[in-house]
Amino acid sequence: MDQILGNISLLFQFPVVNLKIVVDGLMIGAIFALSAYGLALVWGVMNVKNLAQGDFVIAGGYVAWWLAKKGMPPLLGVPVAFVVMWGLGWIAYKLVIARVIERDLFTSLLATFGLAIIMAQMLNLLFGSDTQSIQLQYDTLYLFDGFVDIPIAKLLGVLMAAALAAGVVLFMKNSRMGQAIRATAQDARAARVLGIDTEKVYSFTFSLNAAICGAAGAIIVMVWVIQPFYGITHSVRSFVIVTAAGLGNLPGVIAAGLGIGIAEQYGAHIFGIGYQQAIAVLLLLLVLVFRLIQQRRMRQSLK
Amino acid sequence: MRKILFYSALLLVILASPFLFPDFRTQLATLWLMIIVSLTWDMTGGQMGYNSLGNIFFYGTGMYVAALITIGMVHPVGEYTDASRSELMLFTDGQYFTGVLVGCLGAGLFCAVSAAILGYVTFGLRGPYFAIGTLGIAIAAGELVSNWDWVGGGQGIQLPVYPGNLDIGKLFFYFLFAGTGVALFIFCKWLYGTRFGAAVNAIRDDEEKAEAMGIHTLRYKLTAWALSAFFVGVAGGISAFQLIHFEPLETAYQTINLGIFMVVCVLLGGKGTLWGPVIGAIAFHVIKEVTWNYLLGWQWVALGALIVVTVVYFQDGIMGWLVHKRPEWFGIRVEKKDVGEEAA
Amino acid sequence: MSAIIDVKGVTKTFGGVMANTDVTLQVEQGGITGLIGPNGSGKTTLFNSIVGYHPIDSGSIHFEGQEISKLPVQTIARLGLLRTFQQTRIYGAMNCVENMLISMPHRKMSFLESFGHNTAGDRERAEMLLDFVGLYEKRFLRSGSLSFGQQKLLEFAMALMNEPTVLLLDEPTAGINPTLINGLIDRLKRANSEFGITLFIIEHNMRVIMNMADTIYCLAHGKLLANGTPGEIQNDQRVIDAYLGAH
Repeated sequence: MDQILGNISLLFQFPVVNLKIVVDGLMIGAIFALSAYGLALVWGVMNVKNLAQGDFVIAGGYVAWWLAKKGMPPLLGVPVAFVVMWGLGWIAYKLVIARVIERDLFTSLLATFGLAIIMAQMLNLLFGSDTQSIQLQYDTLYLFDGFVDIPIAKLLGVLMAAALAAGVVLFMKNSRMGQAIRATAQDARAARVLGIDTEKVYSFTFSLNAAICGAAGAIIVMVWVIQPFYGITHSVRSFVIVTAAGLGNLPGVIAAGLGIGIAEQYGAHIFGIGYQQAIAVLLLLLVLVFRLIQQRRMRQSLK
Repeated sequence: MRKILFYSALLLVILASPFLFPDFRTQLATLWLMIIVSLTWDMTGGQMGYNSLGNIFFYGTGMYVAALITIGMVHPVGEYTDASRSELMLFTDGQYFTGVLVGCLGAGLFCAVSAAILGYVTFGLRGPYFAIGTLGIAIAAGELVSNWDWVGGGQGIQLPVYPGNLDIGKLFFYFLFAGTGVALFIFCKWLYGTRFGAAVNAIRDDEEKAEAMGIHTLRYKLTAWALSAFFVGVAGGISAFQLIHFEPLETAYQTINLGIFMVVCVLLGGKGTLWGPVIGAIAFHVIKEVTWNYLLGWQWVALGALIVVTVVYFQDGIMGWLVHKRPEWFGIRVEKKDVGEEAA
Repeated sequence: MSAIIDVKGVTKTFGGVMANTDVTLQVEQGGITGLIGPNGSGKTTLFNSIVGYHPIDSGSIHFEGQEISKLPVQTIARLGLLRTFQQTRIYGAMNCVENMLISMPHRKMSFLESFGHNTAGDRERAEMLLDFVGLYEKRFLRSGSLSFGQQKLLEFAMALMNEPTVLLLDEPTAGINPTLINGLIDRLKRANSEFGITLFIIEHNMRVIMNMADTIYCLAHGKLLANGTPGEIQNDQRVIDAYLGAH
């Protein structure tokens, strides 16, 4: 308890510490926003709440980590993870997701939970349960007399995340497939009537989501750490962000992602890093309660 | 008459099995644990349509509460859980058995109350939010407890060993679990026949309609979850004494072991039925005991695959399949469209 | 007679579209009040505002003197203000009697009573009401296998089982075999006179509503167009215009 109070008073004594926390939070939050955007996509288009979201992230991270271990340039891991996870996502769609889309919510939730367990355990068998990361040989920028340190690697990660997000947004806006996806999200039956092959849209969307997650994971392994069982925490984060932002609201997802990143960094500073999952869950509950109150005012409940 | 015969035979099997298979007493006790958690999961998951992925929270909490009550009645908890000294602090037989009784009941009550409080937050949530919220609570609880030194932190807690003959000890725990299980089964059988049971089913089938009819949905949901949490808490308490030593992440809040087993058992047996969870628990436990060691490290992958396959291809479970094949056994009659009005 | 539902100046918009504009009406206690209007005139929106499915923008709604426009659905239902759905909602996997027993008036039960079993009296009442709507023969059939019209009758019986003070019916005759409509009118009237349930009915079928209601309100384009006895409404030029599309 004393330690917690000490950590809090530190924030007031040295305001620049806040700055460091915020910068760190923004950098991590940008990557959280990526996988959350993928979740919002799948949720909105095919109404599947994907609990394996975080495991796609971690799997993508292991792809990049394995490549780097084999001597490939680490940055190449991002596009490779994108492609590999695209393939894995497609397989997962064909084997499992395609059969649960039209079923009730819990079916898809539990099926993806099963998927999450399979993936986490496979990664554990293949790579062991140690935490892994890629150390990039880049400099660190020091700002504010060295109080705020920004490793170039992290900055690069944020830039890649931004580039990927921009690419996906442009794709959704301009390409025919993007339009088909948006049409299906609004009304799948109407889209079918208009001749859109929704089955193709679904498999494409889910693969795209897995790919986005994979790329996010490849970035995370460079700026942070991964471990086979960290997936569920990432899934919870994605759910926090999407619940806070709502579906089909990209600026909201980015804002919420950054906010979660900052909130988690503050939590880690105040309570210590041993509470990472607990903080993510606490944020989820807070967001849910807030949304609940909001909905109650609308005489509705969260569905 | 046939029913009485059936249930007496069943009771006889329950009473005799630990003596018929003395080498399997611990496994049989675990089987009862699975039956208990499956039945309790079905109270909300199957009967009410609220699928919690975090009921293991009550199991772990039950373990801790039972242990803390037992210890707290005799020794200062903080000193006891400081592992280096727990060997020196002893319990008399009387203290031990009082601890088991008060600890398990206290664990049940504590869990029921915490379910009511947590439910107040999470029951505004429907469907996916509820499942994820509860899962999150269970995961977070494990982490919080392992950071809490007063209850032993990541080291967990060491409870006193059953005083007396260890074989008798195994029987003791078998009958504790079996007794709780039988009581729970009878309780469920009664509960599902009441107006409360019907209202809970109505919430599952169409909550909006239930609300529009003025059913106290929140009150019933909280009550159902609290009742289910009570029995999980009691089972957790018994487990704590049976296992002697437990720690937060792998034994108490074992999210992916028992936490998922109970869901799989219910799905296998058929959710929303009285016998489904029991049959599913027996089937799953037997399959698991037989195959687990041959899977050479791939057990958990196989478990994940089992979940996926059950959910995707066999969601109604054994009982659901029976209902579908033999609806008349369950007294279901449908309008025969071509035969006319005489169907009733 | 006094107004049991008192709607004053209710306005409701959906993203700029005025669904209800300044609607004021009263439902008299113990009577049958009708609400008519062409498609899209805001009848169901008004129903939903009354029973609590969405918030209203301005105005007030009183039930038995109590402001209810901010209460959620369950609370309003527990006050004794019940509605049936345009698309029927019954428990399709259960048989008719089970559906009826689920509709027991839980709002009148204490917490402990809700743990009781249904009594023989409850079952008798359920069967009596099923007989009342003409479903006695089918009482043990899975309700999902009934025809749409029969499901509608079942929903009506369920609402009666619930012993409401006021029952809001959203197009009770839509989708019902025309030969059965006279029987339904008769039952609605009996529900009103024998069980003392105040009825507030949305109805498209003019003949039906003219035969039943004591007072009729007509909505058009979200606004209250006219109100009065069936005779007055029938001869109101504005109502005729609205229905013929001349408005």
